[in-house]
Amino acid sequence: MNYPKELFYTKSHEWLKYEENDAAVVGITDYAQDSLGDLVFINLPEVGDAVSMGESFADVESVKAVSDVISPVTGSVCEVNEELMDEPEKINESPYEAWFIKVENVKDHEELLTADEYEKFLKEK
Amino acid sequence: MKLIFEKSYQGRGNHIFPSLDVEVGIPESAMRNRKNHLPEISENEIVRHYTELAKRAHGVNTGFYPLGSCTMKHNPKVSERVASNPKFVNIHPLQPIETTEGCREVLKRTEEYLCEITGMDAMTFQPAAGAHGEFTGMLLIKAYHKKKENYDKTEIIVPDSAHGTNPASAVMAGFEIVNIKSDKNGMVDLKELEEKISEKTAGIMLTNPNTVGLFDNNILKITQMVHDAGGLCYYDGANLNAVMGIVRPGDVGFDVTHLNIHKTFSTPHGGGGPGSGPCGCKEFLRQFLPGIRETKNGYEMETETIGNVTGYYGNFLVVVKALAYLLSIGSDGVSLSAKNAVLNANYMMHKLKDIYDVAYDRTCMHEFVLTLEKLKEDTGVSALDISKALLDYGIHPPTMYFPLIVHEALMIEPTETESKEVLNEAILAFRKIYEDALKNPDKALKAPISTPVGRLDEVQAARKPVLRYEFES
Amino acid sequence: MGTFIPNTREEQKSMLEEIGYSSLDDLFKDIPTECMFKGELNIPKGKAELEVVREIDKMADRNKMYKKIFRGAGAYYHYVPSIVDTVSNKEEFVTSYTPYQAEISQGILQSIFEYQTMICELTGMEATNASVYDGCSAAAEACTMCIERKRRKIYISETVDPRIIETIRTYNFGSDAEILMVPKVDGETDSKSLKDMLDDQSACLVIQQPNYFGILEEVDALSDVVHEAGAKLIMSCNPISLGLLKTPGEYGADIAVGEGQPLGLGLAYGGPYLGFMATTKKMFRKLPGRIAGETVDKNGERGFVLTLQAREQHIRREKASSNICSNQALCALKVAVYLSAVGPKGIKEVAVQCTSKAHYLQKGLEKAGLKLEYDKPFFNEFVTDSCDSSKLLKALDEKDILGGLPLGDNRILWCATEMATKEDMDELINATKEVS
Repeated sequence: MNYPKELFYTKSHEWLKYEENDAAVVGITDYAQDSLGDLVFINLPEVGDAVSMGESFADVESVKAVSDVISPVTGSVCEVNEELMDEPEKINESPYEAWFIKVENVKDHEELLTADEYEKFLKEK
Repeated sequence: MKLIFEKSYQGRGNHIFPSLDVEVGIPESAMRNRKNHLPEISENEIVRHYTELAKRAHGVNTGFYPLGSCTMKHNPKVSERVASNPKFVNIHPLQPIETTEGCREVLKRTEEYLCEITGMDAMTFQPAAGAHGEFTGMLLIKAYHKKKENYDKTEIIVPDSAHGTNPASAVMAGFEIVNIKSDKNGMVDLKELEEKISEKTAGIMLTNPNTVGLFDNNILKITQMVHDAGGLCYYDGANLNAVMGIVRPGDVGFDVTHLNIHKTFSTPHGGGGPGSGPCGCKEFLRQFLPGIRETKNGYEMETETIGNVTGYYGNFLVVVKALAYLLSIGSDGVSLSAKNAVLNANYMMHKLKDIYDVAYDRTCMHEFVLTLEKLKEDTGVSALDISKALLDYGIHPPTMYFPLIVHEALMIEPTETESKEVLNEAILAFRKIYEDALKNPDKALKAPISTPVGRLDEVQAARKPVLRYEFES
Repeated sequence: MGTFIPNTREEQKSMLEEIGYSSLDDLFKDIPTECMFKGELNIPKGKAELEVVREIDKMADRNKMYKKIFRGAGAYYHYVPSIVDTVSNKEEFVTSYTPYQAEISQGILQSIFEYQTMICELTGMEATNASVYDGCSAAAEACTMCIERKRRKIYISETVDPRIIETIRTYNFGSDAEILMVPKVDGETDSKSLKDMLDDQSACLVIQQPNYFGILEEVDALSDVVHEAGAKLIMSCNPISLGLLKTPGEYGADIAVGEGQPLGLGLAYGGPYLGFMATTKKMFRKLPGRIAGETVDKNGERGFVLTLQAREQHIRREKASSNICSNQALCALKVAVYLSAVGPKGIKEVAVQCTSKAHYLQKGLEKAGLKLEYDKPFFNEFVTDSCDSSKLLKALDEKDILGGLPLGDNRILWCATEMATKEDMDELINATKEVS
């Protein structure tokens, strides 16, 4: 499993990358895609939707399960990765390139872990 | 095999309709331009096509079908016969009521008998399936609270062992769901229930025996607790086959129920439907029932009806079949059927439990749940693999991965219409498969090998959905 | 008593002994006695097969079966080709369940896939499900598909079948969606009023083509108005009419629904019928219910599975948008056999005959003094408004003719299908002359 150092992680298995001007990009971790199995579809929010820290903003479907994806931040969606709607397999193939949404005006965030902390958290699970 | 469209040949067809005996009078506007690619195919080819398809299907009449929670009983042929009577088949639902006495008699009698079995006072046949009956029942509860101006009653309590339809039905009726955990015996956890009950509780939905095949013997207490909070109790009739004639939902505190006619009352499942999911209730909810019915003011809607959930009287011909079944088995046959369903389940469980892990090791009702967690850990062979291996023995696998509270679950419901020989053969098959899985796990992963197709790629089907045949032009 | 239990009393006893129980009742010892039903059920004692047949046949005899039916209004009297019942009576289709185990259910799955293809062809839409309960519930489910967080108003034309309207209302009894009725003018949906009523909270408009009064709506205009407001168009259609008439796909409808009964299912006092639902590529993931999809097995052979299951209640539970977990599979099979037997030419022929005969009947009734209420293009139903309905219908009944559906004291909704011969219609027309 791969956990790039430049990203932050949550205990609900999302990754987060800060960008300029209080913006952040969110996706799910390698651990998450691996335990969910082959993903077949993703439901994403629309541009302009508000997301809140600790609340679900999307869900991912495998053949026989569906899981919520939790927003690590509070803000508003300014971009969504629509490519994933047609090619959800990209989430399995390269979870850190397959970002879900970009959030702007980030106000608040959850407890974030560094790559090392996240790996430690996974081991203790 | 080929699709029917791949067997189509331009110009073929059948002579079904006589020539028009009046002038052609078609409205000028609004004509179709789009080509219509229905197959062009002769009758002989159609029959052979479907005969080939039938060979690739497995019904109760093909072989053992112990699909848990689905009650795949034998479907008596007398039911099919009486339901194909032209004097039922050709009756228009909007005929004058004095010309439909026979149909109304069927509905009335079946309502009477099913009310007697469930301990309810009235029943509607409008719902076309079990889930539809649940939805109807939830609407009755909604209507009741609306009328009483109980605007704060917004929550329906659902155990985590419940069928997925329960929470989905309650939400469709505008309720919020409060999930409660089951205790270690698979029963409603009374402590958790007590914590979750509040002034917001509009009702509870329960299946009893529950989805792990056990009778919840706290039932009187549970229904009392919900009533004390001003809520109503809903009985999901999915598992009534275990206790019909033995316990009546209406006697143990339930106010509303649905039945699955296609399970408990032996009407055929038809590859997924048509079923029938009548919804019964106690007297105080009668006025909310949907559809036109025999009311005290005549054949009409109830005074405070919730409306219509289907267009007319539900799946009427299915009700005719249920009536034939009820008349055949009679008062004495109702509980005898239940008892034999329970006997067959316990017989199978007893003869499997030395090698398979039973999720709850006690007398079961009409079905029991195995957990293959240990086998999977030891060999990598899962509940799915064991199921697929059963296909090579000509047995329909049990329900897999349900209830969700049991890991690697297989839920087995033999029903009362299977003989001891069939059960013994199935027991041997289950045992052989388990032993093979221990010896040669790789082989189990490759099953089935004798079916028309092997394991199918469900991921591709969902990622790149192909939901229809595409024509070239 | 026929309980359909194969094991004899002795076998039951030996099975019980083998697993350590003393009696059948012993199996229920965990159930508290205060829960047990005491006494005997008030149901007749079990009967022999022959007695059951006699008793139920006797009930059937109390119905009046008409062979000349001029009543439609949602349920239609059509010819069912012999092959439909031959095929649908095959035990493997009758006694199987939802195809959960794809490897031994290819027959059911392929038949659903073929049904889905045929419904797409008939409606001109891009995707469909494996069917739902009936035409009314199909319309209600379609409305649910259109509801979005900010769009919660459902518009229904007054020209839609009242049972469909009632069902949509009932489905929304507990929801916060608002239902608004769009008025009619001269038997048609009033597109001007509609335009004024729509706003940015509008979810969908439900219309019926041909409408409840048999009239062909001007769908193009309605489609434009609805789509301009950003709402969806739901068209409820008589499937027979689609052999001839412009399809919902050609009109740009977002969802086509309808009652499948005319395609090979008997009148059956209202059921079992079948609701079809078809939609666009954009919306197919919102379809409720079962859907069959094509895929391959591990050897690359074509096969079919139930797909897109993550939409459904057994996975989404309280987050599912519908609770439906079955389809009317055997009815869908009948529809597919019907459409295969009649083919593209046959379905058009039935449609032409229905509308031609209805026009013949209308002209004849007009001569007999029954005025057409709305002078508009119609398909195979129409309303007359100038006679004493109950008197006329009673007179027809005496000649074993089921006349049109009374809509009030003077109004009657008539229907003709390919089953009506010229002779029957002349008889009806002559009888009408005698009354009026």
